[in-house]
Amino acid sequence: MMRENTISTEYRDASDSNPDAMYNPRLDRRRFIGKIFAVFCACVTGIGVAVLAALLYRIFDEGWIYISTNFLTKFPSMLMPETSGVKSALYGTLWLVSITAIVSIPVGIGAAIYLEEFAPKNRLSRFIHTNIANLAGVPSIVYGILGLAMFVRWSNLGRSVLAGSLTLSLLILPVIIIASREALLGVPKTIRLAAFALGATRWQTVRAHVVPAALPGIITGIILALSRAIGEAAPLVMIGALSYVAFVPDGPMDEFMALPIQIYTWCDQPDPIFQHLAAAAIIVLLAVLLSMNAVAVALRAWQQRKSPW
Amino acid sequence: MVGLITDPTRRQNVNTAKEETNREDMNTAEMHACCDTPKSAPPILTVQNLSIYYGQHPAVKNVTMNIPPQCVTAIIGPSGCGKSTLLRSMNRMNDFIPGVRVEGSIQFNNKNIFSSKTDPVALRRSIGMVFQKPNPFPKSIYKNVAWGAAINGYKGDMNHLVETSLKQAAIWDEVKDKLHQSALALSGGQQQRLCIARAIALQPGILLMDEPCSALDPIATARIEDLIDELKSRYTVILVTHNMQQAARTSDFTAFMYMGELIELDDTNILFTKPSNQRTQDYITGRFG
Repeated sequence: MMRENTISTEYRDASDSNPDAMYNPRLDRRRFIGKIFAVFCACVTGIGVAVLAALLYRIFDEGWIYISTNFLTKFPSMLMPETSGVKSALYGTLWLVSITAIVSIPVGIGAAIYLEEFAPKNRLSRFIHTNIANLAGVPSIVYGILGLAMFVRWSNLGRSVLAGSLTLSLLILPVIIIASREALLGVPKTIRLAAFALGATRWQTVRAHVVPAALPGIITGIILALSRAIGEAAPLVMIGALSYVAFVPDGPMDEFMALPIQIYTWCDQPDPIFQHLAAAAIIVLLAVLLSMNAVAVALRAWQQRKSPW
Repeated sequence: MVGLITDPTRRQNVNTAKEETNREDMNTAEMHACCDTPKSAPPILTVQNLSIYYGQHPAVKNVTMNIPPQCVTAIIGPSGCGKSTLLRSMNRMNDFIPGVRVEGSIQFNNKNIFSSKTDPVALRRSIGMVFQKPNPFPKSIYKNVAWGAAINGYKGDMNHLVETSLKQAAIWDEVKDKLHQSALALSGGQQQRLCIARAIALQPGILLMDEPCSALDPIATARIEDLIDELKSRYTVILVTHNMQQAARTSDFTAFMYMGELIELDDTNILFTKPSNQRTQDYITGRFG
């Protein structure tokens, strides 16, 4: 005890000043800067929300009165816009999104699993990764040109639902791959090592532990990707989707139209009633998109609840 | 003693230890002072001239040692001395580190575990591992224990296996009423004992433990140390630890490594009381490390 006291006294004498005097905390200033930043962030968020709200208000204001069962079950008509509907476009979009999902989800997740879990980490795999990231930024019209050359002409699919879906799949594959890779990367290495140490093969490890843990992130990526696909008009126009159709596709080889194209065509008409129809079609598109996302979110929530078993 | 090292380039103190063992081996019935294993029992694992490189950097240099069966062998040494690298090479977990190169051999069941004929997946069923930080799967307690056995095609009664493993890991009483709840809800010490249960559910010959208590509080550490003492009746335990008291308390044999080299391997009591090498002496008395 004695000794300790002596030492601490000596220390205090040696430092020859109060340690508090050595710091200038400027707490008010630091807190003020923090507040300014928080306010700035709130404003920026507000701008985004306000723009979205204005957009939604305008669309619902213009289009809501045209939403009816008729609107969903009637074909579009140039001559009688009052009784026009989006039946062909709605069916076309549902066909497109379904086949796009069937094609792109397994391919995208499979590619991500291969790149993240199986492929050797070398210059080639880094090169591939960088280029997938680049592909995600390529304008969609370019995919339209590719789809036209590859699917419509070369594969002889014609201007079919299948050609459109494959084109959209190419468009969203990079998004799914990147999001899935990030999700897989987020699974702790220790989980993989634990599985390997129990004599698991790589496939058993991936199947039982890595993919279930990454699934919420993968589903988020799929939601984003399919949302993008459902709103694309440019690549579909490029591969020659129709703009006025009075039939619904019966199978993947039929010609089709889609909601974004319907919206685009109506917006192009001089008669103001078509603007209202376009707004109504946008509401339908949003409804499809949101219900699709709701399913995915529910799936994700169910998976998250289930995953700790 | 066929299994013993005869490499004349070994440093002297290791030789001294070996000579002593040789001398003792004259009397084949004699037991080790610390565990119930006859001194004549052939080693379960034989490390021969093992060097491990990360790129150009040698992490383990020309290590030769025998691991006696059903004993606890501790490997101590300062950070970066290569003890974890050596441990991880024993069940080929080093395979997952890019750029690792191995020279020399480790014999297990009369086979070199580095030979191309050894399947590392099969090897890891027989040589289990417990990691530094508890890493249970984000699944139920039951599935944590059962999964390894299931994927390795366990043919017996799974419920029984889970129960025995949890009992052997001294955690059964704490978890028997919540086997189907998430393992992540357990405390750190319980998680680590669950990881031990998970490893011994595969009935491995050897259990590798890489600083299993370094993330645990003293009470949880004491429970794991008691457990290690019980485990050695069934399994051979190789324990890497930073904690010299832990090595002294729990192990039968202690190896001291420094700068990638095995400086000394001896009976724990001898190593901590009369080490034959000056560096061991310096390390255990706290002069460096």
